[in-house]
Amino acid sequence: MSEIANTIFSPETAARFDHLVTIYPLKRSALVPMLLYAQDEIGYISDAVIAEIAQRIDLLELDVRNVLSYYSMLRTKPAGKYNVQVCTNISCMLRGGYEILDHCKHKLGIGHKGTTPDGVFSLEEVECIGACCWAPAIQINYDFHDDLTTEKVDVLFQMYRDGLSPNTTGKDVK
Amino acid sequence: MPSLVSHPDEVKVVSRRFGMGATDIDKYVELDGYKAVQQAIAKGPEWIITEMKASGLRGRGGAGFPTGMKWSFVPKQSEKPKYVLVNGDESEPGTCKDHVLFLHDPHAVIEGTMIAGLAIGSKLGFIYLRGEYRYLLKIVERAVADAYAKGFLGKNIFGTGVDFDIITQTGAGAYEVGEESALMESLEGKRGVPRIKPPFPAVVGLYGGPTVINNAETIANAPHILLMGGEAYAKLGSERNGGTRLFGISGHVERPGVYELPMGYNLKRAIYEVAGGIKDGKKLKAVVPGGSSCPVMTADEIDVGLDFDQMGKAGTMLGSGGIVVLDESVSIVEFALRTIAFYQHESCGWCIPCREGTDWIKKTLTRVYNGGGNKKDVDNVQYLAENMLGRTFCPLGDAAAMPTIAFVKKFRKEFEDYVEGHKAGTPIITVEQLVGAH
Repeated sequence: MSEIANTIFSPETAARFDHLVTIYPLKRSALVPMLLYAQDEIGYISDAVIAEIAQRIDLLELDVRNVLSYYSMLRTKPAGKYNVQVCTNISCMLRGGYEILDHCKHKLGIGHKGTTPDGVFSLEEVECIGACCWAPAIQINYDFHDDLTTEKVDVLFQMYRDGLSPNTTGKDVK
Repeated sequence: MPSLVSHPDEVKVVSRRFGMGATDIDKYVELDGYKAVQQAIAKGPEWIITEMKASGLRGRGGAGFPTGMKWSFVPKQSEKPKYVLVNGDESEPGTCKDHVLFLHDPHAVIEGTMIAGLAIGSKLGFIYLRGEYRYLLKIVERAVADAYAKGFLGKNIFGTGVDFDIITQTGAGAYEVGEESALMESLEGKRGVPRIKPPFPAVVGLYGGPTVINNAETIANAPHILLMGGEAYAKLGSERNGGTRLFGISGHVERPGVYELPMGYNLKRAIYEVAGGIKDGKKLKAVVPGGSSCPVMTADEIDVGLDFDQMGKAGTMLGSGGIVVLDESVSIVEFALRTIAFYQHESCGWCIPCREGTDWIKKTLTRVYNGGGNKKDVDNVQYLAENMLGRTFCPLGDAAAMPTIAFVKKFRKEFEDYVEGHKAGTPIITVEQLVGAH
């Protein structure tokens, strides 16, 4: 049973949140991770997510909104099932990051922060993801794919469409 | 998955367990893991700090502050609990060394955190990873859980009566949180807006308690230093720059990767020998030597030793160890624009010089790059950047200003060529249009 009656989260996530607020010297430290984990489950930070997290941490909803607007990974609108994040920062740019971004735009038919009509993919141009030595690199949800070419991107998209993401296969495209 | 690279010139200390399966706690123990922390418990805080000072280890996040000294600044007596904070919010463009560290040797980070805790009299450490590093967070969480299961963490660790706990934490996307006081704000569940200093974290840090905050690589060096002895570690490096360092070489080189080289190693050799030279036989144009905030070096300036002092003398910084190599094909104007666009995106807007400065430099460079610039634009870019320097709470303003100034100073002609090269009849973009050009 969750600490919160009528929780909007799955029993696992609710239990995780029950625990998370107990481990820190101050409850509020759970806020940023909790927002991210909530987004992982719900898909975005909805009004209901904000309300429940505020209740769990004893904060005003305004406090939660104030924090969430600071962090670039947190979104208040749904994205596609697979969020494609293309790094175009300096190291990736030098090795074709913009070509990869243009290819993704063309291939998916969407622009920055767009989502395909079937809801499978969304696209984002992002700042450095810490894969500089294996550039160009992208992240699809939390999975890193590096040393990319446009051909590898095509294979990746097909794998994700077929439900064969590295999450399920443990294998990356090489 | 990031591939591992190797070169005979490497001196492997912090990377010595990379690729050896040391994420497994038994393997880590087999490879001398958790020996240093037990020695640290037996010999006490003064011994730890003496060894750390003797090692000459300087902060690997980029500031280069002597680690032993930082630890010694924490007051012995404190009414509030003390904390150790590990900064794994690696976000400086060009930097991916902690990525490899968490991937291959998470227990070294844990053990280092414990050693820092013992040195300052803290019972709780936090390991903070950037939000994008979820798969690495899982590796670190697993390692922490394994350490608890073995009795290496928690109450009465190693049966010595000492308690120490570690909490892992994820960020959610913010470059600025890599700044130490901003990271504390984030860990307290707030916007990552930096705090004014003083007071410094060693006195008033996380939750108002004395706090040691170190980069993940700095922390991971601690067990190695205690095992080999501070002096032996110091000797691996150059004067006042002890030990070795993880250098991530990226951009236009034949063999990009993270290499561990002695402090003071020659930059030119790092690019031409270690990383295999410039990709596709092209010519070198410039090097950004330590992450995007470091002033750019021209091709004829790179015959210099990679340590904090020598790089400072050369008019740039050692920074985060992320060496970004640019070949002759790169437009410095485009590169400068991409750099400032990053800082404009990441500015939190708290300090006006940074908020306005990054935005106006980006707007001005955008029109220079697109061929609509006028002659004053180049001077204006430099003027804006110089007025950000030293006028902000946190170093983000400096981080944006320093590279911008260097790009303009060292490659001024290229900027002017963009301005003069614009075709007659191309409409000049007005200030009004720029303001609307978000």
